[in-house]
Amino acid sequence: MTEERIARFEKRQAELHKMTDEQLKARFWELCNQVVDPIVDLARTHTSPSIERAVLLRMGIDSVSAHGVVDRIYEAGLLGKGAGHVLLKLAARRGCDVRAAAAAVLEDKEVLQGLFG
Amino acid sequence: MNHKSLEINQKLDIEEILTDLEHYRPRRKGWVWRKVPRDGVKMGPFHYRNMSEPLKNSIGLPASKYFDHIDPQPSCVVTTEIASGRFEDDIRRMRMAAWHGADHIMVIRTTGQSHIDGLMEGTPEGVGGVPITRKQIRASRKACDLIEDEVGRPINFHSYVSGVAGPEVAVLFAEEGINGAHQDPQYNVLYRNVNMYRSFVDAAEAKKVMTGARIFQIDGAHNANATAKAGWLVMPELMVQHGINCAFSVAVGMDKDLIGLSTVPPNAPPAPKLWYDLPYAVALREFFSDFKMRAQQNTRYIEADIEEAIRTHTVDTLISMLTSADIQSTITPDEGRNVPWHYNNIRGIQTVKQTWAALDGIKELVSLNYNGPLGEMARDLKERAVAFLEEVIETGGYFAAVEKGFFVDSARYPERNGDGIARDGKGGVGAGSIVPRDPDYFAPVCSHFGENHLPEGLTKACDAIDGCTLCKPEKIAYIDELDPEDSANKRLEATYPYRKGTSIKPEAEWAGDGTILLQFFVPQPEDLAAVYGVEMAKKLGLQDPEVVNLQVMHPAEGCFLEVKGKVGFDIDIRTLKVPEKEVILPEDELREAVKKIGLKVVAGTVGEDEHSVGLREILDIKHGGIEKYGVKYHYLGTSVPISKMVDAAIETGAHAILISTIISHNDTHRAQMRKLAELCQEKGIRERVILIAGGTQVSREMAAETGLDATFGRGTKGIHVVNAMVKILKARGAV
Repeated sequence: MTEERIARFEKRQAELHKMTDEQLKARFWELCNQVVDPIVDLARTHTSPSIERAVLLRMGIDSVSAHGVVDRIYEAGLLGKGAGHVLLKLAARRGCDVRAAAAAVLEDKEVLQGLFG
Repeated sequence: MNHKSLEINQKLDIEEILTDLEHYRPRRKGWVWRKVPRDGVKMGPFHYRNMSEPLKNSIGLPASKYFDHIDPQPSCVVTTEIASGRFEDDIRRMRMAAWHGADHIMVIRTTGQSHIDGLMEGTPEGVGGVPITRKQIRASRKACDLIEDEVGRPINFHSYVSGVAGPEVAVLFAEEGINGAHQDPQYNVLYRNVNMYRSFVDAAEAKKVMTGARIFQIDGAHNANATAKAGWLVMPELMVQHGINCAFSVAVGMDKDLIGLSTVPPNAPPAPKLWYDLPYAVALREFFSDFKMRAQQNTRYIEADIEEAIRTHTVDTLISMLTSADIQSTITPDEGRNVPWHYNNIRGIQTVKQTWAALDGIKELVSLNYNGPLGEMARDLKERAVAFLEEVIETGGYFAAVEKGFFVDSARYPERNGDGIARDGKGGVGAGSIVPRDPDYFAPVCSHFGENHLPEGLTKACDAIDGCTLCKPEKIAYIDELDPEDSANKRLEATYPYRKGTSIKPEAEWAGDGTILLQFFVPQPEDLAAVYGVEMAKKLGLQDPEVVNLQVMHPAEGCFLEVKGKVGFDIDIRTLKVPEKEVILPEDELREAVKKIGLKVVAGTVGEDEHSVGLREILDIKHGGIEKYGVKYHYLGTSVPISKMVDAAIETGAHAILISTIISHNDTHRAQMRKLAELCQEKGIRERVILIAGGTQVSREMAAETGLDATFGRGTKGIHVVNAMVKILKARGAV
């Protein structure tokens, strides 16, 4: 395997050696973009507890509450909706602001039931 | 908000800084570069080519006193890393660092913070770094505001957006006006064992948030050559790591001018450093010409010896100047032996400042020779980096490559040592925690990355909540403390006597820590010398003595030793008597007296002593010497016998004899001074002449013990000498 790899490298290098400096640089960036493209897609279509806590922070929820709220939303299987989205729905249903909605989730996670469809 | 500005002669008031932080808002957001005049900078007698605008208040290199105290400031931003575990002590160090030329202050996080799943709050004590919290950032940023006003240049405040709470930390930084941050998802994966998918998904959000607040990003690639067994062999991989983070950052929307490469010259002497490091520096700058270079100094091979570290860092800085650096980072030279001490931050900054001034204009004087090994080696590195990427893609992409241990293998690519860091996609901290976004996923905030389905009628996401904290900072939820027992306030109570009271103790990291360092030679072999060092320090009364450095001078003849320990006692400031400063007569009065008597002196460096600079400064009009006040002098040169000085005084009818005596071993300087007094006595002229001596090891107190009229040490100016002569003449009734 190792020898095979080295042989493949030597073949590659021979090809690369024919390139001008500009071509080599362009190839480098082409490959970098090729490597990151699928990762960017993954990021675009997924979220995480930290991302959702970061959303709640930006909504004016303190870090301690944001943590508890996102944990409960995650457990309720609603993280894919967006934690901020969940709080907005809950606030609309209860007629309160998002901070009060966050407090309500912390008090009783059952409030998350039946929010979506 | 109104804050008292700093008084140069007063310490930072930590209690005042901690007051009203709930309402503190940063005065600006985003990174600031230095102002570099296109036509260079004129300072004193020199025209500099690679310097930025000077500071309003600063402290120059020790030798600057010979150059009208100029303090040229490099064109690049200069970084220092300050994180002792207590930010309340660090902010005093930040002030010292800024005065010596740092304008990028990095705060390292406390050990383990990258594995804390969420934000920390309050001001708990850290280990090997500072717990990064909203309160700590506000206090530090508020102190930086005061400090930047004092020195007259903006300070960039910097920390780390990594670990499993990256997006939250990024939001915190954006809200609080942090100016720069490390962000590199590969760092989490390789060195912190954060799950690879989680790390990249989080990083996209973090980078987007950073971009919104114009936070300058530095990557983490340099860790590979700090970690790999042979740091200088991983260069193709380093280029790949830089490339992946840059490409990923650009793809999620970050501007290229906010993206910096953290790059370290990977080798260190006794290796032929330049032969490896220069081709690498060149190759990197060719591939990454659109991005910024944050040149770091080598840490991989830093041992306990401070001078060795400084010498390596000098060469690192040379490489920056031969190529380019937008930011020159400094490593405290004591990093290899302890958590950095106050004054070693300053030493690190001085290394850059001194090298940068010394090599100013270097690119106009010398050019790199690409037509030879330099060009060939740079090209080879680039080809290997491209081949590395091709193999990554062939293997199935980045994640597959990490699973197969492609990274941080210590062999030169394509060779493998099999010691790379392999991670399992299903493993690591936060494994399985990412969730697909539903078709109706919605995040009602700004600076959010990725799919976001805004409800109909909404054009700006945060309109749904009437503004997010990035648009309306008054919405930020501030937590003061979670554990009042582990807080800055508690620690400040304990250190009050040393900061605002009358107790004095030396200090290395924290107020009142009492830490000092002893340096000495022990004429014993290694093992014995180390044991002796600790015993000796104990007998001197030092607590917790520890050998921090030992260098064998010869296996049998002995060792150089450095021992640290703690001073166990305080000294009350009220018991200390500071000698009164000599009152200098007004210049007009001095000139008048000199003119009236026609004051004449003979001067020279006595004994077998060839030093002339100090005395010339005392004499010459150019340096504000005694000539400036009308004194006529007869300069006899160096290595002048005392008898010749006295004879010359008699011959010329001089009113005074000025001797300079620098060499002080065996108390030569004292002997020369005594001899002068005795000889004048013998010749019967003692009452007629004024006898004055000066030198680096001479002090004011030596006049009495050697029988002279006045003696001067370091920092003496011509006016001090004229002042002394006029006062003596007045006392004798001669003027």
